Amino acid sequence: MKTKHFDQLNETLYHEQLDNGLEVYILPKEGFHKTFATFTTKYGSIDQQFIPLKEKETITVPDGIAHFLEHKLFESEEGDVFQQFSQQGASANAFTSFTRTAYLFSSTSNVQKNVETLIDFVQDPYFTEESVEKEKGIIEQEIKMYDDNPDWRLYFGLISSLYEKHPVRNDIAGTVDSIYEITKDALYTCYETFYHPSNMVLFIVGNVDAEEMMTFVRENQSQKSFAPPEEIERFYEAEPQEVNRKEHVVNMNINTSKCLVGFKDKDPTLQGEKLLKHELSLSIALELMFGLSSDNYQSLYKEGLIDGSFSFDYSGEYGFGFSVIGGDTDDPDTLAERIQTMVSDFTSKPMDAYADALEATRKKKIGSFLRSLNSPEFIANQFTRYRFNDMDLFDCIPVLEGLSLEDVQEAVHDHFDTKTQMTTCMVKPK
Amino acid sequence: MEAINEKTFQIGPLNVHLVESQTYKTNTLVLHMKAPLKQETVTKRALLPSILQSASEDYPSRQQVRSALDELYGATLQADVGKKGENQLISFRMDVANEKFLKADTPLLKEALSMLASIVLRPKLEDGAFASEVVNAEKRTLKQRLASVYDDKMRYANKRLTEEMCAEEPYGLFVYGKEEEVDEIDPSSLYEYYKQVLKKDKLDLYVVGDVDEDTLKTLLLETMTFPERDNNNQETAQEPTKPAIKEPGREVIEEQDIQQGKLHLGYRTNVTYRDDNYFALQVFNGLFGGSSHSKLFLNVREKESLAYYASSRVESHKGLMMVMSGIEPAKYDRAVDIIHKQMEDMKNGEFTDQELDQTKAVLKNQLLETMDVPRGLVELSYHNELTGVDRPLHKWFEAVDNVTKEDVTQVANQIELDTIYFLKGKEA
Repeated sequence: MKTKHFDQLNETLYHEQLDNGLEVYILPKEGFHKTFATFTTKYGSIDQQFIPLKEKETITVPDGIAHFLEHKLFESEEGDVFQQFSQQGASANAFTSFTRTAYLFSSTSNVQKNVETLIDFVQDPYFTEESVEKEKGIIEQEIKMYDDNPDWRLYFGLISSLYEKHPVRNDIAGTVDSIYEITKDALYTCYETFYHPSNMVLFIVGNVDAEEMMTFVRENQSQKSFAPPEEIERFYEAEPQEVNRKEHVVNMNINTSKCLVGFKDKDPTLQGEKLLKHELSLSIALELMFGLSSDNYQSLYKEGLIDGSFSFDYSGEYGFGFSVIGGDTDDPDTLAERIQTMVSDFTSKPMDAYADALEATRKKKIGSFLRSLNSPEFIANQFTRYRFNDMDLFDCIPVLEGLSLEDVQEAVHDHFDTKTQMTTCMVKPK
Repeated sequence: MEAINEKTFQIGPLNVHLVESQTYKTNTLVLHMKAPLKQETVTKRALLPSILQSASEDYPSRQQVRSALDELYGATLQADVGKKGENQLISFRMDVANEKFLKADTPLLKEALSMLASIVLRPKLEDGAFASEVVNAEKRTLKQRLASVYDDKMRYANKRLTEEMCAEEPYGLFVYGKEEEVDEIDPSSLYEYYKQVLKKDKLDLYVVGDVDEDTLKTLLLETMTFPERDNNNQETAQEPTKPAIKEPGREVIEEQDIQQGKLHLGYRTNVTYRDDNYFALQVFNGLFGGSSHSKLFLNVREKESLAYYASSRVESHKGLMMVMSGIEPAKYDRAVDIIHKQMEDMKNGEFTDQELDQTKAVLKNQLLETMDVPRGLVELSYHNELTGVDRPLHKWFEAVDNVTKEDVTQVANQIELDTIYFLKGKEA
C-alpha cells in the first residue's frame, strides 16, 4: 500500500492496485461521522460501440444501456440491494454520466459490512427477462420527468447543437424507444466488458482505518476470480471540428425563456496534466469574463438580461469538451448576442489587462476548492473522474498556484472561437 | 452519540450559537432573522435579502460586494428567505476558508463577520431609503423568480397543493410572496419596514468552525452591533394555526401541456417538533415513503412500475406531510389506490419489527450525516430555537431508539388526508 501526504491540506491518501487490476483509494477523515464510498466503472452513456470481452467483432448497443444497467444491478438474486443497505443503516445510490457509472453508499456505522455489500452487489449481476421488462416502465417515467424539465432540455439541446456524431449528444437515459430495445443479453454483454475490476476504481473516504480497510478489500477480491484483464476497445464516430448547428430553439410550456451559449473544444484529446491545466485555465477565463464580480455580469444584470440563475461551466473528457454560459432571461436573443460580443471582446484584448483580476480569481478558486474538500461526496466523485483522465485531484491547488497569464491566454484563444466553435440554444414559451 | 458542544451567549439582541470544531477546512456563519409569516409582509420580506446582499454603505455595488468576497479566498454569501412552519426567515449564510490551510495570514473569519455586519446593518441608502436602483433591479429579479416557479412542474405542484390545502392559513402563503404585490413596494417604506425587522425579529447567529468562545465574543463586539430593543417587543414563538379539514380527500385537478402527471397528496399529521411523538412520526415517514425501503417506493415504483419516484416528506413545524410521485396521467386512479392502501397498512400496523429497526438505523444514519455538514448541524439545532423546545441533538438518537411499533401505529392513525392535487397532461 502506498501513501501520499498533502501537507498544506493535512490529508493522507492511501492507494493500492490489486492483483485483478482494481484500484483502491482510501482517504481517512477524522472528525467525520460519515463514511462515503464510490465504486466506479469507466463506462458511461457514450460507450455504445465496442468489442465485447473475449470477442472480435464490434457491436453497437441501444442508447441509454449504461444507465439501464445501473438500475438493474441493484437487483440481486436475494432481492433488492437497497433493502440490504438500509438494514445496515446505510443509504445507497448510483449515477451514470457520459463516461462513468458510479455506485455509492454513505453510512455512519457497519462501514466494513457496507463496503462488502457495495463490492459484492456490483460484482454479482443478476438479470431476468421479467425484471428487465419491469424496469422499462420506471425508466420511461424517468425520461418523461426530464422531458418536462426545461433546464435539462436546454442543456441537451445545446450539446446536440455542438456535436453532430459523437454520442455525447444523446440523452444519458436514452429515449423511450431505445430503452424498449434493451435485452437481458445485451446487459450481460456490457456488464462483462466494462465491469472488469481493471476498469474500475473503489474510493473510500471517511472515518476509517486505512490499513484495516485495505486488507479487507484485498481479501474480498482475492476470493473471486476474473478473466485476465484486456484493453477495452471502444469506438466513437469521427466528429467534425466545428459545431453541428449555429442555433436551436425548443418550445415548451413555460413562463420564462432560457438561453445558453456553448463553445466546443477543437482538440478534445487532452489527458493528464495538460487537461488539468486546460480546464483550470478555462474555468478561470470564464470567471474573469462572467463571474459575479466581473464587469460583464454587472452590465447584464443591470440591463435586466439575467438573474440569479445565470451560470457557466466547462466540462472536458477524452473525446469531447465544451463550455456553457447562460440562464433564465426575458430576452434570449439579446442575451445570446451580448454574450457573443463579450467573449469576442475578451479574446481580442491583451491578457495583461487582467493581471490583477487573475490574482483575485486564483484566490477565489483556491478557496472554493478547499470548501469542496469538506464534502466526502465531492472528493470521491471528482477524484475518480480525475483518475480516469490521468489527473490527480490534489494537484488542483499547485496547478492553480502556478497558472500564468500565458497559460490562460493560450486556452482562451484556442477555445473561444466565435466563428466556428460557438452555438446557441434557447427554450422559449410555446 | 457524544453531545454536540454548542455554546450559546447573547450580544445585545443577538443570540449567538458557537459550535467549535476542527473538522472543517472552512468556517461557517448562519444568521436567521425570524418573524411570523403574514399576508401584509410576505412579499416585502421576500425582497429584502436580495436588496441587502446587493450593496451596502461599505460595498456600494454588487460588483464591490462580490469582489470583496473573492478577496476573502472565494468566501460565499447567500441571502434568502425560507418558510419554517408559519414563520418566514430571512437568512444569511457565509462560508469562508480557514486561513490555516492557506499560504496567507489574513484573519478571514473577522473579515467575514465585518462583511456580514455591513450587509445586514449598514445597507446602501439614498435620502433615508434603500437605494432605488438596487430596489428596482431586485424587484425585477423577484418577479422573474416568481414567474419561473411555473416552469419547474414538481415545485409548481407543491406550491399549488399548499395553496389549495392552506388557503385560509398563513402557511398557504408562498415564501417568495405575490407577483402582483412586487410593483407596489417602494424604497422608502421598505426601509422603514426593515428598521422594524432589525428591532423585532428574533435574531440567531450560528458560527461553526475553528474559533473559541472568547475570541468570537471579542470579534463580534468589534464588528456587529444590532440596535437595542425593549425586552417585551420580541415576537415570540407561536403555535401553528390548525383548522378543521373541510372535505377530506378533496381532489384538485389541473391540466397543462406536459408529458408526466404530477400527483401530490397533502396530509395533516397533527404532530409537530414540539410533540413527544415527533420521532414516531419520523419513523412512520421512513416506513411509509421517506426511504428506499419504504412502502411507497416498493409498491408504486418497484412492484407496479408506475413511477420513477414516489416519496413522502414531513413538514416539522406546521404538521403536514406531502406525498409526491410522477406518473403517466392515465394511471391516476391506480396510483392513488396504491398510495391509500399503503397508508391503511401503516394504520393497521402492517410492518415488521425488522422494518422498524431498519428505519431507525437509516434515520440515525441520516441525522449523523447531516451533522457532518456545518449547515446541516445549524439546520437541526435551529429546530429548538424555533419552537422554544430544549431537546439537545444527542437526545434525538435516544428518542428515535425509543419509538415502538405501537407509537408508529398510533401516529399513523392521527394522520388525516386533506387534499389531492394532480397536474395532468392534456389529452391528445
